[in-house]
Order: sequence, then structure tokens, then C-alpha cells
Amino acid sequence: MGEDSEVQILGRKLHELLEKLGEIEIEGVEITAEELTLIFQPTLTAAVRPPVEAAAPKPEAVTQLMEASFTPPIHQYQGQVVEVQLGATKAEGGSRGKVLKVGGEKYPPLYGFEGLNPHRPVFAIDIFDMPLTLAKPVRQHYEDVMDDPGEWAKKCVEEFGADMVDLNLVSTDPGLKDASPREATKVVEEVLQAVDVPLMIGGSGNKQKDPLVLEAAAEAAHGERCIINGAMLDIDYKRVAEAVKKHGHVVLSFTSMDINNQKKLNRLLLDEGLTPEQIVMDPTTAALGYGLEYTFSFMERMRQAALKGDPELQMPLVGPVSNAWGAREAWLKIEDWGPREVRGPLWEVVTATTLLSAGCDIFLMSHPAALLVMKQLVECFWGERKAEQNIENWITALG
Amino acid sequence: MPEKVTMLTVYKLLPQTNCGKCGEVSCMSFAAKLLDRKAAVEECKPLIEEASKYGKQHQQLVKLLAPPVREVVIGVGDRAVKVGGKEVMYRHELTYHNPTALAVDVSDKLEDSEIVERCRKVEEYQVTRMGMPLRLDMVAIRCASDNPERFAQAVALAAKNCSLPMILCSFNPEALRLAVEQKGVFDRRPLLYAATKDNWREVATLALQYKLPLAVFAPNNLPLLKSLSRTLQAMGLRELVLDPGTYTEGHLLGETFNNFTMIRRAAIEQEDEELGYPLLAAPLTVWMAGENPGDPQALAFKEAYMASLFLVRFSDILILHALEPWTLLPLVSLRQNIYTDPRKPVAIEPGLREVGKPDRLSPVFVTTNFALTAYTVLGDLESAGISGYVLVIDTEGLAVEVSVAGGQFTSARVKQVVESSGIEKKVEHRKLILPGKAARLRGDVEDDTHWEVMVGPQDSSQIKDFLSKSWQVPEARPPEGRKT
Repeated sequence: MGEDSEVQILGRKLHELLEKLGEIEIEGVEITAEELTLIFQPTLTAAVRPPVEAAAPKPEAVTQLMEASFTPPIHQYQGQVVEVQLGATKAEGGSRGKVLKVGGEKYPPLYGFEGLNPHRPVFAIDIFDMPLTLAKPVRQHYEDVMDDPGEWAKKCVEEFGADMVDLNLVSTDPGLKDASPREATKVVEEVLQAVDVPLMIGGSGNKQKDPLVLEAAAEAAHGERCIINGAMLDIDYKRVAEAVKKHGHVVLSFTSMDINNQKKLNRLLLDEGLTPEQIVMDPTTAALGYGLEYTFSFMERMRQAALKGDPELQMPLVGPVSNAWGAREAWLKIEDWGPREVRGPLWEVVTATTLLSAGCDIFLMSHPAALLVMKQLVECFWGERKAEQNIENWITALG
Repeated sequence: MPEKVTMLTVYKLLPQTNCGKCGEVSCMSFAAKLLDRKAAVEECKPLIEEASKYGKQHQQLVKLLAPPVREVVIGVGDRAVKVGGKEVMYRHELTYHNPTALAVDVSDKLEDSEIVERCRKVEEYQVTRMGMPLRLDMVAIRCASDNPERFAQAVALAAKNCSLPMILCSFNPEALRLAVEQKGVFDRRPLLYAATKDNWREVATLALQYKLPLAVFAPNNLPLLKSLSRTLQAMGLRELVLDPGTYTEGHLLGETFNNFTMIRRAAIEQEDEELGYPLLAAPLTVWMAGENPGDPQALAFKEAYMASLFLVRFSDILILHALEPWTLLPLVSLRQNIYTDPRKPVAIEPGLREVGKPDRLSPVFVTTNFALTAYTVLGDLESAGISGYVLVIDTEGLAVEVSVAGGQFTSARVKQVVESSGIEKKVEHRKLILPGKAARLRGDVEDDTHWEVMVGPQDSSQIKDFLSKSWQVPEARPPEGRKT
């Protein structure tokens, strides 16, 4: 930068004076009119125009619409979410016909005026390796296939349009069938055979046994780039991370509504030798009406931190919105609440829309109608469904 | 971004006498409360009473603390609605003030009796969650007939039969004037909807004359919206509500979302006073679209999830059409969630609660201190006519499923409440009933407490069935001297 010109210095002094006095008379200054226009006009105009509040309004004097322009308020972001690939093709060492890319966001969720994020959120359906109690509005769609996880997965993909399948090996639960890790892997192989979309594989929620089950599952799905669900601070996450690394998967980093713990676990997983492209995060999804606001704010904060450049929170977000069905409002038969056949899926959709606004990338869902609605919504937000709609006469048009 | 107001700036505008009349020990702590929006400027008595001394400071303080999104009051009396007053873009930055007001439309093409019935239904809607009544807030009377006389009749009818604040919807200034001038309408402070590029002058004149809040409608056209706002401000109007148009189809939905977000960001981060007003969304426009014309259930479904999106993203008023319990329940619940103050945990005190008239043989239930879970369990026991004890354990305000997975619901914490609550002296048996969703803690709890653990149902609504199947009155010897 060169030295300030005289005009600029004078400009600054004038500006200071204007701020102090509100107005100023210019005397004895030799300066060309062009320069004056260029440099001082904004300040002078501001000083001359009376503040809106102070002016006594004269409504009758306003006869014409006052022109205004609008400039979109755009931010610059330092950080970007990591792009994670789910599923691997034959060429990549797997056998998936379809792979998915998630993450890569450069802008906050649904801030289309700043820019379109590169990848759409994706939607998985939860399936289980044995029949278990599901809410009736959900169960009725899967009843015919619950004995056969392969068929179950197929139905989710072919009939209901799931982008992924989330297979839960609940039969390994010591309180249920106590199936061995080895037995459970047979189901993993079956499902891999049945569908060609990416998989997510989880255990039973038993903290001692899950690492062993997941280790076996990761091996059975070697090279398929599944999401292995998952690593937690209070389980043997090292064993899980090691299996994910060895067999080429992605790990779900699960914490319980605590950003510092999430950062800590992500850091530990990176220390184990996983790359950021091998981690997705689940800060715990509570159902609508049962603490959803916590999940919403945690996801929102985590995404903001990612865009600000915090590398420990720059992984894609996972939301198990199937948890919505844990809320009695979704499934309980109560006449006063209306028919549960529509109330339940709506409960799930509203849980999902809320997390969509917070930045969730991977949705784990239950009801086929809820999944369909979410997929359509996302297509709208990504500009893939052009539409014409005239609402200017809505007051009369609704009849 | 605007400069953040600091505690010191606020403090300097206070009397600095530490008089304590506001209930705080010092002006500095009052300043902190003001900044946190936990106190109002008016609570500083000297500032108000000694106007000659502090008048200017008072004004400055009010201006300094004014929210960037103006607060607008619609209606009068108990059910008056405050909208706007938003301070932040994201709820975790402070909290969201003034929950989104939910309005339901009423067409003037309905029969008189239907109008009255619909208004009453809106007014009477109520569900209780976490001890809080959740209700609908307004009726939006629509001039669907395009006939000013009919509209005025319908509005008069609604005003007479319903105490809720009203939104008077017509683009025809004549219809709005006729409605406002009906008996008992303008003094109820209805929101006039709406000023447009075509009618703004007449509608604004009406709003000024009767000092009414006014909505501005400029569908998908922010320069026009801003231009209308600027013009109406110049006419002296300050109680505005902005409607940038609610499109629900295809790419237009994204554009609508963009508009809401941009307006709110301009207001909060750039202090754009022309856009610093409450926002109105009208997801009932889904009922105009041709996608599922013959399927009211599908349209109600769509309206509800569209509404959920706008509820989370900045809308201060929603106009809905469906008046179905299954569409309203998720919306009032979501609103309660999103407008919960994130600075306070939604938890109740851990410890022992008694339901009904429990005796020494009554069952003992364990639940979490997440307010909703605890209230639900207590409510279910009560409505099933069960007498018993409930041990509320400290799960840091988390629900059962989440706290079991996250490690806040542990056998150690169950043990803690068993020991500290004195339950051992209240009952003779040693049986605890754990929530079904905490079944996996059974062994640990038995080891830690030395009580026998029964696993209860998945949901507390099934407790009655559970008890009749599994609960046998424990055999216990009556203590010495007990009379039977």
C-alpha cells in the first residue's frame, strides 16, 4: 500500500468531525468537485438525511412506493465438511453397484442463496437380523420379510427406494438369542448378496459384545466401505477402529449429546490411524417431543464449527430418526390423537425435517412413507424438481 | 455483524447506585441479567421514576437492548399474542423468544354456524405436555368470497364468538375496512393482512387510523418486500409483519426458505430495520396445489411437515388449514421443543415421588428426571388409579433410551436414589420396576442395590396391564403392632 493521498487524509478528518458534530461546513478547501464526489458522498449523504425515527411521519405525503434493493447477506466460510464415500464398487475392492457420497458441505444446511452443497443427504432404512417388536404402522410394511434379512433389505431398496440399508445384528444380544459373532456375519453376507447399495452395520447395543460382533462383521464385508456402528468412548473402540481400518470401512463415532466428547472420540479415532474420510458422527438423536431440540442444536453447532474450520467436527452427521417411534405419540392407539397410521409417519418426518435444517447427512429411517417424503423434500431443496406455483391469490383460491 | 453489546456498556447507562430495588445486589449484576434477557429495563425503578435525571439514559438503554426483530403484539387480553422480538439466528446463541403463533384459517364461505364452530375448535384446542398447556393462538378469517359485506359479517361473527386474536385476510382494502369497522373488531387489535404493491396506500391508511398491526405480502420478491416496508415506515407504521410468500412446491420451496433465512440474517446480523419484523408463513398454500387434490389426508400431512420446516426456520406466525389432532400434536410439540430455553435443562428434581395412597406393599417404579418422562409416568399411574412410589433418578435431564445408551442412566445412580430417598423404610418388599427400555441394566441394578429387579413395560401406558400380570402383592410380615 502506498502513502495515503492528501484527499484521503482530509477525508478521514472530515469523517471524524462529521461523527462528532453531525454536520460540517466546508470552508476554504481547494479541491476538485470530482474527487469530492468520489470520496465524501456516502458520509455527507448520511449526515444530511434525517434519521427515519426522528422524522414526524406525514402519511399523506407518501404517494409513491419507495424503491429499495436487496443484497443477499452472504458469509465466507473457512472450513468444509469432509467428503465421505459409502460403498465400494468392484473396481474399488467391493461389490456395490451403487455408491454414495455424503458431506463436502461448504455452506450451512439449506442456505441455497449462498450456494448449493455438493451432495444430497441420503436415506437408509433400519432392518434387523431377527423379527422383533416394531410399532404396528411400521411393522405392517415389513411383516412378510422379517424372517429373511436379505428379502427385507431388498424390499427397502427396490420397493421403498432406500439409498442404503442399516442392518442391526440384534440377535447377538445376550438377552435375546445371544448369537455368536460368527453366526451374525452370515446375515451380513446374505444382505450384501441381496442388495447392491451401501450398508451400515450395527450390533445389539451390548457394550462388551458389540466390538467382537462388529469386528467379525467388518471382516465379512471386507472392502465394501460400510458404516460400522460404531465407536463409543466407553466401549473397546480401538478394536472397532482397527477392524474398520483393516477392512476398508467407515466408522460411526457415537457420543451422547456432548460436543467435547464428540471431538475427543473423533480425535482418538484419528489417532488410531483412521482418516477423516472414514468417520461419520452421531451426537444422539432424540425423538420429537423427547429432547429433539438438543439434537437439533448440537448438530447445528457442530456444523457451524465445521464451517468455521474445526477439523475435529468436519465429518458428516448421522441421524437415527427411527427413534421417533420410541415416542408414544407416534404409535400409541389413542383416539384423541387421531389415526396412528398417519400420525406415526408424520412424527418421524417432523423429527427428520428438523434435523435436515440442522445439517444431518445420513438419515436412518423406519416408515417407507416417511422416507419417500424426505427424499422428495430433498429433491425440492436441491432444485431437482421444477415446479410452477401461483400463490398470489391464496386468500380466495382456497375456497 | 453488529457490535456485541457488553455488560459494561449496559452498566454505564444504569444509575450505578446499587440501590437493590430491582432485587439484584448490584447494578452490574442487573446489567448481566438485562443482557441475558432475564430482566426488563423497567425493573430498574430509579431509571423510570427519576425521569429528569435518567430519562436520556433510559431511552438509550431501551434502544441498545431492543431486539433486532421488533416485537409485535396482536390481540388484547389474556390470549394476546406477542410475535417476533428475536435476538439471535440460532437458539443455542441465547434462546428463542416468543414462540411461533399458530393460526388456523376460517373461510367466510362457510355457513355462519360452521364459522362459529371452527373458531371455537381453534380456541379450545389444548394438549398438555410437561405440565404445560399447548394451544393454538389465532384465527385467520379469509375473505374467500371476495365479497366485503360477507367478509365483514364473518369477522363480526368470529369476534363475537371467539376470544383469540384475529388475522383479517383480504387484499381488498374495502373488505378490510368494512371488517375493521364492525362492532368489537378494531379494539381487539387484529392483524391486517395484507398490504401489497397494489393496495398498500389504502391498507396502510386503515392501519394508521385504527393503530393496527399490518402484514406485508410480496411473494418471492425481497426488493419489493423491502420497498413496501420502507414506504410503510415512512408513513409512520412500526408494527409490521412480513410475508415473503410461502411456496411449497419443487425448487420454489428452496427459494422460499432462502427468503426467510436472508430476511432474518439481514435483520439480525446487518440490523436492517426494514426487514427487522416478525415473519409470517402460510403453509396452507399446499391446499392450492394440484398434487393430491382429492386426498385431504395427504395434503394435511404435507401442510404439517412444511409447517415444521418453517417453524424451525424463523417463522413467527404460521397460518394452517388442517385442524386435525394428528397434524397439530407434532407441531405444538416441536414448538415447545425449539422454544425451550437451552440455558435451562428440562429436568425435574431427582428423588422419591408418591402417587395415590401408597402403602408398605405398593410397587416401586424407577424413571428418569427428564421432565417429560417423569410427568408421563406419574400421569399414567395416576390415570390408571395405581398407588405407588416413583424413584426419579438423575439422568441429567435425558429420556430413558438416550440415557441408557449414553451412560447417564446407571445402576450407580439408581442405587444413589434408593439409598437417599428412604424407600427402604417405606416399603417392606425389595422389588424395583425398571423401565422396559432400561432392561439391560437389570443385572447391574440387582448387584448394586441388592433389590430384586423386574423389567416393566416399554411404555408407561402399559403399566396397569403389566401389574395385573406380573405384580403379586409381595408377602411380607406386618411389622409389630400394626393394626389390620
